[in-house]
Amino acid sequence: MVADRKQPTSDPGAPRRAPEWADGLKQLYDSVVEEELPDSFKDLLARLDEVDPKRGPVQASDPAQSPDGRGGRP
Amino acid sequence: MSDSDPDSSSSTRTPAEKADFKRDLTGVVPHLRAFARGLCGRPDMADDLVQETLLKAWAAQDRFEPGTSMRAWTFVILRNAYLTDMRRNRFRGEYDEGVAERILTAPAGQEEPIHLSDLHRALLTLQPERREALLLVGAGGFSYEEAAEICGCAIGTIKSRVGRARAALTEMLANGDIPRRSTNDDAAHRAILEELDEVAAGNLSSMRS
Repeated sequence: MVADRKQPTSDPGAPRRAPEWADGLKQLYDSVVEEELPDSFKDLLARLDEVDPKRGPVQASDPAQSPDGRGGRP
Repeated sequence: MSDSDPDSSSSTRTPAEKADFKRDLTGVVPHLRAFARGLCGRPDMADDLVQETLLKAWAAQDRFEPGTSMRAWTFVILRNAYLTDMRRNRFRGEYDEGVAERILTAPAGQEEPIHLSDLHRALLTLQPERREALLLVGAGGFSYEEAAEICGCAIGTIKSRVGRARAALTEMLANGDIPRRSTNDDAAHRAILEELDEVAAGNLSSMRS
């Protein structure tokens, strides 16, 4: 399946130039990446070692099958 | 999920491997937060989502193939968790005005600073699959190939989504036509959920790890 839906960017001659806000998108992302990690994350990461992956963590539902599934539905 | 990984024989990792996994996982947390923030808008919810992702990733660590991209792998988990939570109605594309204002930065010398708050709000009004495609490629720096892998769709589809997202954003920003909280009404929300089902369905066949 190739993108045969019509190309949204009409670029007649215009060498595909990033829109002016493109940098802003990056800034939004980077501004979060650069934030200092909240303590809650440090705590969680520290606690991970005590969590046996085999047994699954706090939310027992079905984390183990998550990367390709829809994850635990209620 | 049946046809998943054939090599679950490797299911016991050595302590060293576990340590590597944890190091890599820790390393991607800032990126997970950024991706989640872009997806769901509200910082607190985004962080909840990341925590959920970390737990799931930890629980599924045997499926991670060392040497492959931890960022891509965890993004898949995060997006699945997000889709699930969306369906449970936890996120409504809510937008945190305060945060976006705070991170509003205008590079010196730029005449017409882009209001990041506008950009962020506009971003949140995009269809979810376009939004995530744009986030992955335009903000996260993933290649089209990687983004396609993460979303479980064809490269052409990703290109098309990114293109449409860009066009929509450009138009919204150019016209100053940025809906305040359009994802917040029920009709819009229902439409989003329907789309999400398609997105999720498209993802099922992918990502074997």
